[in-house]
Amino acid sequence: MSDRDHLEGEHFMSGDDACAEGAISADCRFFAGYPITPATEIAERMSDRLPEVGGTYIQMEDELGSMAAVLGASWGNAKAMTATSGPGFSLMMENIGLGVMLETPCVVVNVQRAGPSTGLPTMVGQGDIMQARWGSHGCYSIIAISPSSAQEVFDMTIKAFNLAERFRLPVLMMMDGAVGHMYEKVVIPPLSEIHLITRRRPDVSPGEYWPYVPDDDLIPPMADTGEGYRFHVTGLTHDERGYPAMNPEAQDKLVRRLVEKVERHRNEIIELEEDGIDDAEVVVCAYGITARVAMIAVERARQAGIRVGMLRLITIWPFPEDKIKRLAGQVKSFVVPEINYGQISLEVERSVAGMSKVVLVPHMGGDVHDPETILEAIRQVVK
Amino acid sequence: MTESKQNQVFVTTERCKGCRFCIEFCPQHLLYESDETNSKGYHIVHMDDNGKCIGCEMCSMVCPEFAIHIVTADEEPEQGEG
Amino acid sequence: MNVPVVTGETTEKHPLEDYLRFDRLPHIWCPGCGLGTVLGAFLRGLLQSGLTPDKVAVVSGIGCTGRSAGYIKLDSFHTTHGRAIAFATGLKLAKPELKVVVFSGDGDLAAIGGNHLIHAGRRNIDLTVLCVNNFNYGMTGGQFGPTTPVAARSTTSRTGNIENPFNMSALAAASGATYVARWTAAQVHQMERSITEALLKRGFSFVEVISPCPTYYGRMNRLPTGLDQMRYYRSNSVVRHGTNPNEVGVGVDGQIVTGKFIDIERPYLPSSGDGNNGG
Repeated sequence: MSDRDHLEGEHFMSGDDACAEGAISADCRFFAGYPITPATEIAERMSDRLPEVGGTYIQMEDELGSMAAVLGASWGNAKAMTATSGPGFSLMMENIGLGVMLETPCVVVNVQRAGPSTGLPTMVGQGDIMQARWGSHGCYSIIAISPSSAQEVFDMTIKAFNLAERFRLPVLMMMDGAVGHMYEKVVIPPLSEIHLITRRRPDVSPGEYWPYVPDDDLIPPMADTGEGYRFHVTGLTHDERGYPAMNPEAQDKLVRRLVEKVERHRNEIIELEEDGIDDAEVVVCAYGITARVAMIAVERARQAGIRVGMLRLITIWPFPEDKIKRLAGQVKSFVVPEINYGQISLEVERSVAGMSKVVLVPHMGGDVHDPETILEAIRQVVK
Repeated sequence: MTESKQNQVFVTTERCKGCRFCIEFCPQHLLYESDETNSKGYHIVHMDDNGKCIGCEMCSMVCPEFAIHIVTADEEPEQGEG
Repeated sequence: MNVPVVTGETTEKHPLEDYLRFDRLPHIWCPGCGLGTVLGAFLRGLLQSGLTPDKVAVVSGIGCTGRSAGYIKLDSFHTTHGRAIAFATGLKLAKPELKVVVFSGDGDLAAIGGNHLIHAGRRNIDLTVLCVNNFNYGMTGGQFGPTTPVAARSTTSRTGNIENPFNMSALAAASGATYVARWTAAQVHQMERSITEALLKRGFSFVEVISPCPTYYGRMNRLPTGLDQMRYYRSNSVVRHGTNPNEVGVGVDGQIVTGKFIDIERPYLPSSGDGNNGG
């Protein structure tokens, strides 16, 4: 990558811009998208920057086409991404499912806004978390990341591409409108410090290659199009040859692998940030912009003598249930602020399995929490 | 009528679905639906040829099942797994 | 002198053996369906084009025609309903050296996928689209589709379709396609030649093939077998190159005007694609 590609140094940029730069530093060279607030700035920056680095920007006619084009580009040996918000995210679900089924590395950014429906387009929301996990039909596992700052957007976009290439699936960047539109300092490290992963290629000759024979880690090597492998891939349930296999046995084998290839590698995938957890009687569990707002409440609570810890989810899917389960025994309660009416809080409840309380601090969207409401929830549980 | 060289017509019986396209499109009207059926019960096409096959390959091109093809006399039949 | 017809498993190589997944035949299409005939014409057209097979990718959508990618021994993608052209657009833009072909049906391309069809035409994306038009949704059991003629019967228009259909060739031309041709499945030579032309054409080339669907459309519209429809095509189709496609729709009966309607030059995307791998 030449210097034009990788803008090493300190910058003052928005989360959206940091997302575009992170993608380019991760060697992403294809963007297909459709304008939608509050993610359009990503598309705008990619439309400027990709031609500079020999990449391709295409503005498709809708989000259905955008997601399909991203999958096609990935099979054309490009690191490819799209960026959207709630309404577009909903339209992309079917082809995210195709991305899962064909095991296609790509990154889908959702700069969440308040929903449902058109909602508050320019105002923050975190209401697409369960959709990120279960949005497409059928059973599968997904990887989703929720950054809390412009710097983390840059860093996590690179990680998202690495995870996509490693595990061969769409990786979802669940940003929110606040982080997306907030301008902050972003340090782009030297290229030498950025570790990039690219998809594993076959080590057998084209004549012997079957597209879905998994290695030990359950991930099949991915052939490149136009290199004589003559592979066939299909959204139909398929066998290891990639051929349609219309039977429950093939379904069982395939779906289990699509789920296990993520779940079995939870430790490698999941990233958290802990602060004062060990002796905490209350643990605040939050992600995205809400984690930073919650930190104000946590500090005020500590000043008031309450032993409160902060568990920030950087990875939201797969959900870190083991971590929560371990903590559940020692804490009185979890406090879960999120800008929706309870989504990650449901996962926390599932994980504690009754061993501790879980208190949701909801916000219907359009603004971040008032730290006082979080503080009040903390006070209530320790009374 | 030039003496037709030894064109060979091959029918892969298990692929024929008895649609009769080849019978319709053969300009020499040499093909007919035989009484012989394949495992699926489709009547296999046979050729009633007294050397009139002109090797035009219409049957092969129109067949939707890739069940019939021709090796014209001057062509050496290449071996393949069929 | 009786020339023996060799029946049973033949060892002689079928001319398309290197490009068809013979290990997956017989295919799923019904007896008398025209899809196999169109697929054969496509493969022969590809052979005639001189394109390097390893650099050709086929993308198909959902429906009977959507299954075609699975029988073609090239890099092939069986994608989601309506999105083959969008997928193909991404594939082509990411790897311009590829020749990308979309092989799909009337419902997939013009109903659910209509938006991508017209925008790909507008952009003149360097793709070849083979649209097999059998006037109904065959895979799901014979419902009428965007091209079903007025008064035609189907499993969802038993008393006759009341909607005005798309004229596929006119739609492609109006959207901006720079090569548009229509044939019937009975015109095996013309299909093959036209497909070669479309494959070698730079920009959005569109070939519509009217194809029999005996199980539903034919059976419900007085042409119960594939052979009936093929006979109907032979006796009712005319070739009129250069006709304005807007003037030649296809009805439930009457004449079928075929030929190469459009062959013009316009800037295409990606312009960076080199000479199409020795094409």
